[in-house]
Amino acid sequence: MSPEKMVRMANQIATFFKTQPKEDAPARVASHITDFWEPRMRAQLRDYVEQGGDGLDPIVVQAARLT
Amino acid sequence: MKDFIIPPMDWKDERDMGTPAKVGAPVTLSIDGFDVTVPEGTSVMRAAAEAGIQVPKLCATDSLDAFGSCRLCVVEIEGRRGTPASCTTPVAPGMVVRTQSDSVRKIRKGVMELYISDHPLDCLTCSANGDCELQDMAGAVGLRDVRYTAPDGGGLANHFAARNTSGEANPEWRPKDDSNPYFSYDASKCIVCNRCVRACEEVQGTFALTIEGRGFDSRVSFGAKTDDALASDCVSCGACVQACPTATLQEKSVIEMGTPDRAVVTTCAYCGVGCSFKAEMQGDQLVRMVPYKHGKANRGHSCVKGRFAYGYASHKDRILNPMIRDRISDPWREVSWDEALGFAAKKMRGIQAEYGQKSIGVITSSRCTNEETYLVQKLARAVFGNNNTDTCARVCHSPTGYGLGQTFGTSAGTQDFDSVEHTDVVIVIGANPTDGHPVFASRLKKRLRAGAKLIVIDPRRIDLVKSAHVKAAHHLPLRPGTNVAVVTALAHVIVTEGLMDEAFIRERCDWDEFQDYAAFVSDPRHSPEANELLTGVPSAELREAARLFATGGNGAIYYGLGVTEHSQGSTTVMSIANLAMLTGNLGRPGVGVNPLRGQNNVQGACDMGSFPHELPGYRHVKNDDVRDLFKSVWGVEIDSEPGLRIPNMLDAAVDGTFKGLYCQGEDILQSDPDTKHVAAGLAAMECVIVHDLFLNETANYAHVFLPGSTFLEKDGTFTNAERRINRVREVMKPRNGYADWEITQKLANAMGANWSYMHPSQIMDEIALTTPSFAGVSYTVLEEKGSVQWPCNEAHPDGTPLMHVDGFVRGKGRFIVTEYVATDEKTGPRFPLLLTTGRILSQYNVGAQTRRTENVVWHEADLLEIHPHDAENRGINEGDYIKLASRSGETSLRAKITDRVSPGVVYTTFHHPDTQANVITTDYSDWATNCPEYKVTAVQVSPSNGPSEWQEDYAAQAAQARRILPAAE
Repeated sequence: MSPEKMVRMANQIATFFKTQPKEDAPARVASHITDFWEPRMRAQLRDYVEQGGDGLDPIVVQAARLT
Repeated sequence: MKDFIIPPMDWKDERDMGTPAKVGAPVTLSIDGFDVTVPEGTSVMRAAAEAGIQVPKLCATDSLDAFGSCRLCVVEIEGRRGTPASCTTPVAPGMVVRTQSDSVRKIRKGVMELYISDHPLDCLTCSANGDCELQDMAGAVGLRDVRYTAPDGGGLANHFAARNTSGEANPEWRPKDDSNPYFSYDASKCIVCNRCVRACEEVQGTFALTIEGRGFDSRVSFGAKTDDALASDCVSCGACVQACPTATLQEKSVIEMGTPDRAVVTTCAYCGVGCSFKAEMQGDQLVRMVPYKHGKANRGHSCVKGRFAYGYASHKDRILNPMIRDRISDPWREVSWDEALGFAAKKMRGIQAEYGQKSIGVITSSRCTNEETYLVQKLARAVFGNNNTDTCARVCHSPTGYGLGQTFGTSAGTQDFDSVEHTDVVIVIGANPTDGHPVFASRLKKRLRAGAKLIVIDPRRIDLVKSAHVKAAHHLPLRPGTNVAVVTALAHVIVTEGLMDEAFIRERCDWDEFQDYAAFVSDPRHSPEANELLTGVPSAELREAARLFATGGNGAIYYGLGVTEHSQGSTTVMSIANLAMLTGNLGRPGVGVNPLRGQNNVQGACDMGSFPHELPGYRHVKNDDVRDLFKSVWGVEIDSEPGLRIPNMLDAAVDGTFKGLYCQGEDILQSDPDTKHVAAGLAAMECVIVHDLFLNETANYAHVFLPGSTFLEKDGTFTNAERRINRVREVMKPRNGYADWEITQKLANAMGANWSYMHPSQIMDEIALTTPSFAGVSYTVLEEKGSVQWPCNEAHPDGTPLMHVDGFVRGKGRFIVTEYVATDEKTGPRFPLLLTTGRILSQYNVGAQTRRTENVVWHEADLLEIHPHDAENRGINEGDYIKLASRSGETSLRAKITDRVSPGVVYTTFHHPDTQANVITTDYSDWATNCPEYKVTAVQVSPSNGPSEWQEDYAAQAAQARRILPAAE
């Protein structure tokens, strides 16, 4: 998957959970990604975060550490 | 003497009871000396039929309200003058009826004599011979001769003879109208009983037919005098043909083949309504499909697809032998099943050995049965050893699964279709039922004509907004992509004006979450006024619509892919669920949240664990207990990690980590978005196995082709949009040699599995064993009850027509905050218009089936609908070839100029591969489920001379890829 596509998909998830009141957004993003992203997609995300995570929502960056 | 009380409905009893069933307090009367008890409002005719006494009739049939025109059904009733028509006379307590006497016999014989005096006596060569109510009634009343003879030197005026005995043309005679490809209208056989006209009005709701003229001049007409059947408003649903008691309106297949000798009840293979049909047969030849009157989804109605468009099953394009090739540039080579399956198995295992266990996967289809789908996901999980299984529901209703799962706790519609008969206000959002779900649309229109109110939320002025005797109270023509803003604004009005059902919310929902939600929607930025510029919906209209829905009685929401196929598809589903909870519209007839499923088995494919993250019954693969259960039945470990979804498979293929695909019944190259990306993904794979009826577009990139069987050629079950599990029955043997479930089993066994299913019923038994909501389902139960709606288990042995009656599946209903987020797909100077896509009545999905039927007379090409202003700016005239371009690609097609679309919005269908609307659509998708955003693409439209370069290249590649080597001698 192209990095742009992955960044967009991850940020879309963060955008939703950020709007939810009284919820731990990074944990919810992490659990959504763990539930629905295949391991190689999660690995790609973690690698991308380690390389700086350019363009990722900060919540995704936090979430990636939990996946 | 026997006492006859309302009997339980027998789903195999197909007698015509004359008039519709009624519901009411019991009334007891005497008919021919027998005491009969029937519901108040029942006709005397029906009461007699309930007691087993058939009163002769011609203009009455139990799908239509009584009309009282033929006078054949007259009876004697004690204390009443004359001989009332039994069809129009309601029962009364203590009524004493005699259905036979010398005087009624004489009347009936006189009536029949008059009918027959203007009817050709060519019964032996008539196409309705053996299936003609006029013939039956002539026999029933004992008509032996017709006394009306012509006076000397003159002739009797009649409608049936083309010429008189002197060879002069008969001005009353009309030639046959054969314009419709499926049925003919022969006016010379017509008795003007009005049944066809009433069927078109009452059952179908199209009002295409009328009676022109008075008295002897009366005749059935397709609208204006100049209209023939094809040129008229007729939608070819077949209701008139079904209602006609004579050969006047007759299927051409019956005219050609004769009457059928046996019938098998089965389920239509088209849309998610899942109509029941009788496949009427001569030997192994299908004569006609007739809607089954006890089908609980369709109640005896049909549409042009299910009723008539079955010709693809015997189309010359069908592939009947397995084929293989090493490279997609090679021609196909026909081989034995063993060789094809051995070739496929070796390739797939080889790929796994080289690239890892997770380098192959499966895609199944909503066009396949539950049993087939179950086996395909089992193939991935138990034989491939991974969770790389997905289904085309990914690209249509996956947000429904997620959204309703989050709010209610279950991924399914809440009602049955009968529920619409009890609804008072209907919201139709992002759906076009008259084209996509025609039989449901007819049932909805019937309810609307009876006074229910309609709110349409759609960018286009769909037919339901205004058509014959139906007019929406409100049409909210939103800009594509603003569903969440519009539905949240509806909720804003309901909450801020205090119109919510607080008692329901307190009792049934999580009150704390409601508080958060109420605070969120009450914010002035969610008001209709604040959103008017964004959504394009006039705020006053939106406010009125919200008030109507909240206060108008039973409110039901029906939605389609215009809701789900967006970046915020899942959020819109949640906002719809919020709206239903807010107004207390759940848990009883006439209300609910009703996803209209695009294909026949979308619901079933989802139920069967086709998604890569969940096992059958919507249970996540991460749950140890669920995996243990399947391990105990399948005897293998199941991967605890979710697999790849369709778009992820294609991405992984392009990345080089996904190399093999078994694709059953699905044409991802045509139906999935961003065709170029799909093609690149397929081209990067080393083994693509396509299992289908035809060499579809995906097969252009395949290495193995396994010929499939049609729905007529196998046993199985489909689960429709109302969770109804209906039987599909084998009416003829598979022309390709094997039913599809057998082929999947053979592939599994070629890869080392040891499956030994002998019949699909055994697969259903395994589903019941492993899936709690199906625990009570078996072929024996389906045989006995006709159909059941899941959950069907110990707690609900008869199934569950209505969900969430006493409480939500998840416990308390959950309100979820639904913030509007604009899609990244934005119009700009290069692409100033918004393209949205949909389907048309006569065609179905990628068109693989319907394009191979005579349905093409209604829609032979995809057209681009464009508003007159946008067309004029661009110098485009009606029918011009235009270029349609987005940032993904470009194609060309012809323009249709119409104000059904708003300025700035264009619309097309995706039924034809030579147009390939999906070259245009992008890879943007729903945030939660990756469901593609088909419904919003920024495009430009400009005049063009012909096919785009891409279309020409594509056509050349397709022609090359479809070559088949002649079989070796």
